[in-house]
Amino acid sequence: MSIWEYANPKRFMQTSGVLLPWVTGLALLCLVVGLIWGFFFTPDADKFGSTVKIIYLHVPAAMMAISAWMMMLVTSLIWLIRRHHVSALSAKAAAPVGLTFTVIGLVTGAIWGEPMWGTWWAWDPRLTSFLILALFYLGYLALWEAVEDKDTAADLTSVLCIVGSVFAFLSRYAVLFWNQGLHQGASLSMDKTEHVSDVYWLPLVVCIAGFVLLFVTLVLLRTRTEIRARRLSALLARERLA
Amino acid sequence: MRVQDLTVARAGIAVLEGVSFALAPGAALVLRGPNGIGKTTLLRTLAGLQPALAGKVEVGPEAVAYAAHADGIKTVLSVRENLAFWASAYGGGDVDSALAAMNLQALADRRAANLSAGQKRRLGLARLLVTGRPIWVMDEPTVSLDTASVALFAGILRGHLATGGSALIATHIDLGLEAEVLDLTPYKARAPQMGGRIGAFDEAFE
Amino acid sequence: MKALLIRDMRLAMRAGGGFGLGLAFFLLVAVIVPLGVGPEQAVLGRIAPGILWVGALLSCLLSLDRIFALDFEDGSLDLLATSPMPLEGVVAVKSAAHWLVTGLPLVVVSPILGLLLNLAPEGYVWLLASLGLGTPALSVIGSFGAALTVGLKRGGLLMSLLVLPLYMPTLIFGAEVVKRGAQGLAVATPLALLAAITAGSLALLPFAAAAAIRVNLR
Repeated sequence: MSIWEYANPKRFMQTSGVLLPWVTGLALLCLVVGLIWGFFFTPDADKFGSTVKIIYLHVPAAMMAISAWMMMLVTSLIWLIRRHHVSALSAKAAAPVGLTFTVIGLVTGAIWGEPMWGTWWAWDPRLTSFLILALFYLGYLALWEAVEDKDTAADLTSVLCIVGSVFAFLSRYAVLFWNQGLHQGASLSMDKTEHVSDVYWLPLVVCIAGFVLLFVTLVLLRTRTEIRARRLSALLARERLA
Repeated sequence: MRVQDLTVARAGIAVLEGVSFALAPGAALVLRGPNGIGKTTLLRTLAGLQPALAGKVEVGPEAVAYAAHADGIKTVLSVRENLAFWASAYGGGDVDSALAAMNLQALADRRAANLSAGQKRRLGLARLLVTGRPIWVMDEPTVSLDTASVALFAGILRGHLATGGSALIATHIDLGLEAEVLDLTPYKARAPQMGGRIGAFDEAFE
Repeated sequence: MKALLIRDMRLAMRAGGGFGLGLAFFLLVAVIVPLGVGPEQAVLGRIAPGILWVGALLSCLLSLDRIFALDFEDGSLDLLATSPMPLEGVVAVKSAAHWLVTGLPLVVVSPILGLLLNLAPEGYVWLLASLGLGTPALSVIGSFGAALTVGLKRGGLLMSLLVLPLYMPTLIFGAEVVKRGAQGLAVATPLALLAAITAGSLALLPFAAAAAIRVNLR
């Protein structure tokens, strides 16, 4: 039994159908526990006050924004090499979810940035990289929408995803270089996880698990929808032939 | 060129299946069939522009010259410049004799924008002569040609065949050639419920 | 290959658009910005490197959809794909032709526009160097975007959406070279990084673009 068995759409539908309720339940549980714990049962920080608690949305969303793109890169490669439709469709399914996480990361960042730094937006390397990531997501989604033939769209978006990954990576370092060139070493962002103590750390881990599970839930759900849509158009085409 | 049990697809759906034929040097094969049967799809597959769903195409390397519906003529270039580009792309065919053969010498320095539809077509067909390739794969080559030009073209084809070349032609016009005719109608892809081929995606659901 | 280069350049010159249009657009950007920002020389001098690079980038973007779309429409692309030339080579040569008729003229006129924008005297050498090194990357990245959208009816706008994010590293390093050069700082690092992006793009993107064209012709 190999993992490639799930490349069979029928097999994927069966297994994901069984898994889906459990993953959904677990995601909800983790999110509810993590967020309530984080928001209401952790002390206010000395310097930051209660604003620090937005990390329970901000950090997991930001992590998943990048992870979603990584997943799309892997599934795009699998599609190009092994031609498994489920792989291409799961990349398509993950993109809007990844974009949403990116936007959540940006918006919560702005909401947090206002009280902390006194500004909604700064061209800090990390913020700028995320904005660029959002643009890559937009382009990828637009290409899927624009191409009519589904296999052609899968091929083109996969190539774009691979090339885009390289350039997104380059942009990340270019932006780092660009901003340090402006204000010497003064970075507005900080490595959050290293700064927070255990009181905040545990609920954060639960929230991160919740976001991962939420991502899995949404991608499974959307992939199932994509597979059904493909099946439908295949059946319609078959009807026209008969 | 030998084609065995070929299945070709348009937009992921099989249109022709089980097509088999052989094309010997010096022979011509005329493809017939109603509109939409998949003549263009078959020719594009044979030209290597799209992959076949199933089956085999055996053809020597660098043997095929493809002439599509569109002639790929650049209207801001002169007739000679258009042809000279393709000649050097294919390693230097004889432009002047190709122009002469298609009766285009008088127009050689005219901008292609000022050609009539039939003259453009003649320029498109002259491209085949400068490729130096033995197998000509042609999609409706006689569209917008007048009777005299059709006769001219048929003469060139006969010359090409006589020198060991071969031709695969999708056309409805009788060119007056000693050519076999392959009617594609029996090869129309059957619907899957009638035992026809199904796409890779659907296969998983059967 | 040489014949293709000559053909593409001839087409660009004779079609009377491709060539002059990009230059005119570049000039317009250099005129519009002072009108919008105000005439203070100090402000203009400070933003000149960025404006010149953004202007060059947008002018380049303007003519990208001509690289493959015209050949696709008249059937030439089918014939090029079935010709003995490898499609990767076709892409590389067409990008080169695009650079020669679009990028190179931008590089040549950029000092004049630098004058309009009050660029510091130390910056001119680096403006020429960075545009000379960076615009080939703009052409080849652009040809990848054009290859992705070649089959689409209204691909122009989508292509901009796809290509602009890919342009960002080039823009950042290119403008940084001019900015530092104008301030009399060391430019070796961004210049080397810019050269690396150009070299990498030239080496790899023709393969990706050729793959995209094959998919689109299918």
